[in-house]
Amino acid sequence: MYAYNDFDKSFLASRNAQFRAQVERRIAGHLTEDEFKPLRLMNGVYLQLHAYMLRVAIPYGTLNSGQMNMLAHLADKYDKGYGHFTTRQNIQYNWPELRDIPDMLDELGTVEMHAIQTSGNTIRNVTADHFAGAAADEIADPRPVAELIRQWSTDHPEFQFLPRKFKVAVTGSESDRAVTRAHDIGLRMLERGGVAGFEIIVGGGLGRTPMLGKVIAEFLPREDLLPYLEAIVSVYNLLGRRDNKYKARIKITVHENGLDKIRDLVNERFVAIKARFNGIDQELFKGIEAAFAAPNFAVKPIETYEAAYKSDPVFRAWSDTNLHDHKADGYAIVTVSMKAHGATPGDASSAQMRVLADIATRFGHDELRISHEQNVILPHIHKSDLPEVHNILKANGLGTANIGLISDIIACPGMDYCALATARSIPIAQQIATRFDELKLEHEIGELKIKISGCINACGHHHVAHIGILGLDRAGVESYQITLGGDHTETATIGERAGPGFSADDIIPAIERLVATYIELRENDEEIFIQTYRRLGLAPFKAALYTDEKARANAA
Amino acid sequence: MSHSFTPKVVTANALLEGDVVYLTNDDRWTRSLKDAVLLMDEADADLRLLQAQAQTGVIVGAYLADMQDGPDGPEPTHFREAFRRKGPSNYAHGKQEQF
Repeated sequence: MYAYNDFDKSFLASRNAQFRAQVERRIAGHLTEDEFKPLRLMNGVYLQLHAYMLRVAIPYGTLNSGQMNMLAHLADKYDKGYGHFTTRQNIQYNWPELRDIPDMLDELGTVEMHAIQTSGNTIRNVTADHFAGAAADEIADPRPVAELIRQWSTDHPEFQFLPRKFKVAVTGSESDRAVTRAHDIGLRMLERGGVAGFEIIVGGGLGRTPMLGKVIAEFLPREDLLPYLEAIVSVYNLLGRRDNKYKARIKITVHENGLDKIRDLVNERFVAIKARFNGIDQELFKGIEAAFAAPNFAVKPIETYEAAYKSDPVFRAWSDTNLHDHKADGYAIVTVSMKAHGATPGDASSAQMRVLADIATRFGHDELRISHEQNVILPHIHKSDLPEVHNILKANGLGTANIGLISDIIACPGMDYCALATARSIPIAQQIATRFDELKLEHEIGELKIKISGCINACGHHHVAHIGILGLDRAGVESYQITLGGDHTETATIGERAGPGFSADDIIPAIERLVATYIELRENDEEIFIQTYRRLGLAPFKAALYTDEKARANAA
Repeated sequence: MSHSFTPKVVTANALLEGDVVYLTNDDRWTRSLKDAVLLMDEADADLRLLQAQAQTGVIVGAYLADMQDGPDGPEPTHFREAFRRKGPSNYAHGKQEQF
């Protein structure tokens, strides 16, 4: 993976020193909160409900064991022994004290990590397919491109005060695991006649006005990427609405001006900007690409895996749900579930982080990934090592076999932590997972994506869930609204609102009714929830949610 | 007839720790809601808020939160303030650790 050069190191050190001085000036009373707030946000520091929160970037979701061990160390030394992995490949610490944060950032700097631009109206942490560099269906590893964008966007002088935040995601596969169509810019790698390039998608986003991105360029040669991105962001920077926070994202700019007008403006800007790029970005890119060369994959027999698969039903169940095809023979991609039934989705204790780092060192070519689905990936595990890896995971509460199933829920922190939230998310996720575990139904139900947001900003991606849950405040009571039929993949779809919301007590039975209806109506065991929904539409599910309930109430 | 005023407390977060704090009757900041002063008069509440907001070296983000009078001091009328008083529901962290 990419290693910082001298420039990166000195840039980060000076930036951290600058922020340390800003914190000191705030504490000494030389900066007001109004002056300090934009500065702390640019360095990932929020003030939440109960405490400060530090959001640390995990660029394109990639970590090595030293970095994971550092995240564990920070959790122990400055927080309450855990961290929370987010839907944008960040980790959040929920309890740091203001005075400690500069020390945390310095410690992160020693392992080449930072919290820069994890907040504020800037280009945020660039996310990528969490199977990058390992997936069998990959055209190319998207991480070198993501790293190039990280370097270009970090402290970019023109883009520090955008109308609103700006999120970029990259995928190198046909299968879209990076939700590219729900980003301000989504990049899909393509190849045309032997030339590497991208499909460029612009103007996607969830939040209060969910929109899927539109294709602004069907094929852009790879060497044009940075000038083209710069053209898009600079057009948005001038045209984006600063008069209304809720209309400030590029999705609204594209919607109000029309894709054709935006494309024309971008193309015009691109010609001017392209002339200023002298090829240094391409030289840099070559170096970055070399840093992401695939590890030396071992060629070994896999009998131990096959034997364990035959003889051990627990290992078999885990293998069936938590493994994905690897591009190298004899290897598998392991998704470690951070969603043990009843646990907080995405939370990892420092002990668990160290176990994962240790597995990566011993068995995984020193690589780890964080997914937007709040799980941890061991991207390169040889199948012969899987039985031992599984044993270690199991012994540390990390062996849950539920990837892609109903308990593999995305949940934002919600009102348990977040100052913006209108209702809680975490307890709803915990109760759904616990309930379906009791029913022992989740493997029979099969693939089903539930995603929960605790406010309209949709950090929990509820719009693109098969079953989305949005927590709202309805006259001083937590209320949960259901959306159905969303899809976060290459066939991205925004879900439909099913109807009025449910109370915290009624939402779990409502989900049970939806699932029971699906099981009753599916054509066979192979047809997953989203397929049944697409075949039959909203009506039978709406009836299960509302009509039956009314009928029961009337009968009672 | 004047409109009825919902009683308030002044609340904020501590600058250094980020903890939820409440204003007391003698203008100190307390971590415990039961020690907060319940403000029954709108003009008084507005004035106490202005004074609190001036204490930028001690607290951040002061505002008036609706409360009701209870046997043990002010009590939240809304779940958001109830969570701020107690801490998160997934771990026994925050104020519930201390009180």
